This record gives sequence, C-alpha cells and structure tokens, in this order.
Amino acid sequence: MSDNNEFEPKIIAYVCNWCTYLGADLAGTNRLEYPTNVRIIRLPCTGRIDFNLIVKAFEMGADTVLVSGCHPGDCHYTSGNYHARRRWMLFRGLLDTMGIDMERIHFTWISAAEGAKFQKVITEITEKTKQLGPYEAYRKVCKVS
Amino acid sequence: MARIGVFTCWCGENIARNVDVEKVAEAIGKLPHVRCSVAYKYMCSDPGQAIMREKIVSEGLTGVVVASCSPHMHLKTFRKAAESEGLNPYVVEMANIREHCSWVHHNKEDATRKAIDLVRMSVAKVLRNHALDPIRVPVTKRALVIGGGVAGIQAALDIADAGHEVVLVERDPSIGGKMAGLSETFPTLDCSQCILTPRMVDVGQHPNIKLHTYSEVEAVDGYLGNFKVTIRKKARYVDMDKCTGCGICWNACPSKKNLSEFDFGMGTRKAIYVPFPQAVPARPVIDANACIKLTKDKCGLCEKKCPAGAINFDDQDELITEEIGAVVVATGYKLYDIGKEQQNDKLAGYGEYGYGKYKDVIDSLQFERIVSASGPTVGEIQRPSDGKEPKSVVFISCVGSRDNAKGVSYCSKICCMYNAKHTMLYKHKVHDGQAHVFYMDIRAGGKNYDEFVRRAIEQDGAQYHRGRVSKITEENGKLIVRGVDTLAGVPVTVEADLVVLAAAMRPADGVEQLAQKLNVGYDEFGFLSESHPKLRPIETNAAGVFVCGACQGPKDIPESVAQASAAAGKVMMMFSRKELTREPEVACVNEQNCAACFACARACPFNAIEQAEIRDRNGNLVKRTARVNPGLCMGCGTCVAICPSKSVDLEGFTEQQIYAQVESLV
Repeated sequence: MSDNNEFEPKIIAYVCNWCTYLGADLAGTNRLEYPTNVRIIRLPCTGRIDFNLIVKAFEMGADTVLVSGCHPGDCHYTSGNYHARRRWMLFRGLLDTMGIDMERIHFTWISAAEGAKFQKVITEITEKTKQLGPYEAYRKVCKVS
Repeated sequence: MARIGVFTCWCGENIARNVDVEKVAEAIGKLPHVRCSVAYKYMCSDPGQAIMREKIVSEGLTGVVVASCSPHMHLKTFRKAAESEGLNPYVVEMANIREHCSWVHHNKEDATRKAIDLVRMSVAKVLRNHALDPIRVPVTKRALVIGGGVAGIQAALDIADAGHEVVLVERDPSIGGKMAGLSETFPTLDCSQCILTPRMVDVGQHPNIKLHTYSEVEAVDGYLGNFKVTIRKKARYVDMDKCTGCGICWNACPSKKNLSEFDFGMGTRKAIYVPFPQAVPARPVIDANACIKLTKDKCGLCEKKCPAGAINFDDQDELITEEIGAVVVATGYKLYDIGKEQQNDKLAGYGEYGYGKYKDVIDSLQFERIVSASGPTVGEIQRPSDGKEPKSVVFISCVGSRDNAKGVSYCSKICCMYNAKHTMLYKHKVHDGQAHVFYMDIRAGGKNYDEFVRRAIEQDGAQYHRGRVSKITEENGKLIVRGVDTLAGVPVTVEADLVVLAAAMRPADGVEQLAQKLNVGYDEFGFLSESHPKLRPIETNAAGVFVCGACQGPKDIPESVAQASAAAGKVMMMFSRKELTREPEVACVNEQNCAACFACARACPFNAIEQAEIRDRNGNLVKRTARVNPGLCMGCGTCVAICPSKSVDLEGFTEQQIYAQVESLV
C-alpha cells in the first residue's frame, strides 16, 4: 500500500523469455515508466504456462494475472505460443465456469521490440484492476473450500 | 542445508538512484537459508565477481542470486564466475532489478519494495535449482546443403575445402540455380555463366562433395550434430554410371516441343534433355510426362540409340539416407506469378498487365534468357510473338512488390538494379531502341550500385518514369502501356514492342514443407526466419540448421554468396569441436509416473519426445513411457503444461521452482 492507503493491486505476469521479457527489458532501457504493481515470472515460452499457474496466482493473492508471449508466428520455439493460445481458448471457458472473473486475466502478445506496448499494457491493467478493486470474491471461495 | 548468497548491484547510479540497494540487501539477508547478502557498486566488474567468488568459498554457498540487470545481459557472466569456484553454474539465478525496476519506477520507496519482492522470488527459485551438466552430443562431421544455386554452391565448396564431407541436394536435374540462367550481372556486367560454371564444375569434381541432383529432402530425423536425412532421388530413367553424356539420345528424341524450364518457357527442349549445355552433372534426364515411351509405350528411340545402354525406362524413385551433422538451407527464390490465376488468395495477380495473355509481356527472368548468349535466341533480342527485334521496351518495377493490395508488402531489393541492367543490355544490342522504366522509387544501395543506375539513364538513355502502369492493351501488334509520370504530373502512354515485368521475389515452392521438416520458422511470406535479425542472421532456431541466400529474404548475388560463406563458417565452427555441448535446461520425464498418453509428443514443436519401452531383465514389457531426447529438446516446456499426469518437468523452470516463485509473493 502506498502512503495514501489507496488500493495497490497485486499483478502477476507470466511472460516468455524471448519476446515479452525482452519487451520489458526494452521498456527499461528506454526508461518507460509504469506502475510498480507487476511481478514478472520468466518462463521459456508461453507454451510452458500451465493454467494451474494462473489459479495458483489468484490463490496467492493476485488481483490480476497477465500472460504474455511472442506474437503468432514469432515464437522462439516455432509453435509454443500457438499451444498457449489453443489452451487458453479451452481454459477460458473452464475458468469462466469455475467462477473466475475473466476481467482478471489478460492475455497479450508483446514482442521484444515493443517496450512501449509493455508499458501501455501494464499501465492499463493496473488502472483497470484498481477500478475493479481487490479480488475478494476469489479469496472468499478459497476460504470456503 | 541450503546456503544461499545474494549479491545486489548498484550498477553505479542506475539501480541505486531509484532503489535503496542497502535496504534490499538487508531485507534479503533476513530470509531463511540466505547465508550472506552483500551489495556492491558493480557486481559484473572484476572486483564484484571477486566478492562473489570469495563468498562462494568462504561461506560454502550452495546457490547464488545476483540482483542486478536482465539475465539476458549477465546471467552467463555470473554463471561462469560461479563455475570457476567449483559451483555448478545452474544454481545461479538473477533478479532483474534494473530493467524491470529501477529504470521504470521513480518512486524510490515503491521501487525498493518491488526490488525486495523480485529478489525474494529469485531466492525462492534458486533454493530449488538443480545442479545440471551441459548435454554433450557427438558430432557427425558431414554437412547437408539443400539447394544448388549460387548460395548452395558457395556453402558446399567452402565446407568441402575445409576438409569436411558435404552432401548437396538439388531439386532440378542440374545445379546452378537461377544464376546459371542470367545473362550478365550488375554492377559490372560480367557474364553470369562465366563466373558460375567453373564453380559448378568444382562442385561436380570435388572429392568431398556428394551431389544428389533431381533429388529432394524427404524427411529429417535426429538433432544437432546427428541428423539422419532421407533423400528422394527422383527417377531419372538414365543410369548415371553408364551414361557418358554423349548427346546421341537427345538428338534422336522426336519429342521437341516441350517448354524448357531453364529458359522459363522462352525456348523448347526434348523429352530427354540436359537443362543447359554447361549442366552439372552433364547427364540427361527423361521428362516422364513428355516421353512417348513412358506415356504411350511407343518410340524408345533413345534406348535403341544409346551406345552405353544407359537408358532404363523401369527406373523408380529411390530413397537413400545420409547421416550428417549440420544443415545449410539455400533453396532460393522464385518470381511472383503475375498472371491472373493465383494459388494464394492473399495475392491477386496483375491481370491488367496481360501476362499470359499477350505473348510479348514477359517477366524479368524470361528477359534474361532472351538477352543471354546461351538463350534460345543466342543473345539476339527477339520478341516472343513474331521474333522481331523490339524497338521500344517497357520495364515495369515493383510488380507484386511493395503492394499490400495485390502483392507482397516487402521490397524485392534487386529489381531496381536488374531493370537498369536490362535497359543497358538492351541498348547495347539494339542501338536504335528505346528503353522505358516505370518505377516507384529507385533503391540502389550498394557498392557502385547507384552509379550503375545513373549510367543506364545518362549514358544509355533509358527513359525513367516515376509512376505506375495502370493497364496494358494490344493494338495493331503494339503493346499500349498506359501509365503516369508523377514527377511531370502527366499521364504517359508508351507504344511498346515488348514489356518486361519485374515481378516480386518469393521463396521457392515447397519451402514451408521443408521448413516444417527441419523445424525452422518462416514468416507470413514463407521466407525462413533467422535466429536474430542482427546478431544471428545465419542461424535458425533449430540448432544445427543454417540459412543462406534468398530463402531467408530477397538478396542479390554478392549478398547470397557472403551469407553462404558465413553459413559455411558456422558449420566449420561446429565441426571443429570433438563434441557439442547444449544447455541442459531441457525437459525430463518421470518415467515411473508417465501414463504413455504421448500428448507431450504431439505437442512438442521439435519432435524431441520418443515413445520408449521399459522392459525387465527377461525382455518382458513393463510399461511404455515418453522419453525426451535431450539432443533435440530446445526447452520450451510445452510438454510440461500439456501433461495430464504432471510427469514431465523442465529443468531450470521446474514446477517446484515456478510455484515457489509465486508462493514467495504472499
């Protein structure tokens, strides 16, 4: 929490090593400022991201989760991001059925050249999460189970 | 008991300005298992690394976290430093508190809090890192070069001259590629064949080069240093060992009217033919669709006449396998098909230019054959329709290039230069003729290139009109070219005898299928993807596979040759080692738990997962299991996410490590 006790969301970002992680590096190199709320977890590829990880992030108190990788066609591993996308299409429905608020999960493509896009995405989802407020609903479910 | 050392870097002012580095070090020092937590001005400097090395020894560290810049910057540096003190390099992790923190956050308090979180995450991860050993793979010192154009020839000769065996696979009956068909080359106007054919002969005679022409790569198995490649040798109907290349067969062949592929349809050839006189190998091949013996079981004259008994009408395709260590892809280009019919629905074609409808509208490669001394007109410029010498020729640039609406968005790069060359060659042969060029921009970057274009305009009097052509029609044996000159601001109509379209360069047919066999990426146009546009322009993301020439993007001859030599250099670098090492951060199957569903094998982009069987000592099958080939695995982890029984894990990014990172954020 910052000084004025405004709600500071906790955002966990699962990003791939070759595109979005480097995009975030570029945002740094270009000194593009964005809110401090995001915590990046580096994975080799979005294909590595098991959707249990997303659920786990919420369990650990994340208010929003971001998954970001290479643009379609740009995957360092040829097709890992396609698997991630396909899996996302399936799990989207499942997570929705489970009662997870889909506005809490973001899926984007940010390339190594898109430092400005990284800044924009993080700024936007931080703002959005601030509007949505803490993800109390999920924590209540957790306590019940 | 884990003993972790954490080293936080100031990076001069870069980190320290916005992050309270000492506070980070102090907070992290209180974490369980953290044996020492030190901050220093420049961790990557020699004294900085010395502090780390000293602590590894004095504190008996089992893991190290360096909180500084991006791991893409210095992870290797710190892993190397740790290794020099006998610590396994893979128990070193980094926390990125510069690019991801101090450089992007200005509130020091918030940034410091975030930095502590980031370091804590890395500590949580490093506690679960495994000591790993680099994967060592033996290397077969034989290279495969796919494509026998100028790039493939250069790569093959360079590797072969370095003393390694090369297998060169060419789809056509002869090597030489597009360059063998060119007339003269820019910017020196030296004869293309005079440069290339001696190199072709070198390939044919080189003791280290095994040449498979009229052959294609059927399948690729294996991995870096250890590929097994299946090559389909197409039925040639001529026994290469018996044939002497005397030419009696093709002189006897009565089937004359087959369009010559080598002449791009500008000339004809027999059903049994050598593509061009300087072909390597200079042995004929029978076109099974044109041969009357093979289609109708008549004739057979060539067989009767052949003094060597080399004709074999029962010839079949043959599959052979070659073991090789590295692959160079040099499959080259083709021209955009400018006719109305298109295979690709993204491309619309240029029906309004009448290509395919008017005989005297041809593409640039066809023009090359008309100007070439080895061409169907023996270098006399005659138009295809009536064989007359054209007195006015229009060259149109960017047909298909730089055209999002109907063609491709990229610039084909070489057309500005060869258009200028064509106007000069034309003028040198038809002194009273007039060449016109319609262009969008003249892109003549390169040594002596712009001077060359100026020469075409100033000395050889080519008329350059900056603008597009909207339509070509035929009236009274003349082609009416309607365009615009945007510099003069007037419509231009030229009555031409011949129109030459500089069609866009596209990757050769079938390159996508080949890329899939090799696990090499390609872009939306089918050009193969290099690993890094600046720093790894020759490598691909498939280890041991290199690209050169126009298969990677539009290129002229000098660039293709330079890239081919670079690819050969990369191959030689690989072959100079006894064994190759690879990053050990690869997937690994828990074979006890694996339910053998092989969902992982289907998901793997690199075909790195094999179906294995576990047998007891009597040879009875105990169970089936997935097994990762560490030589092939690139470590993407797609298998980990897809495994329903969680039996696969990825070293360096294990489930335990990632979950621990998330949990540390509570």
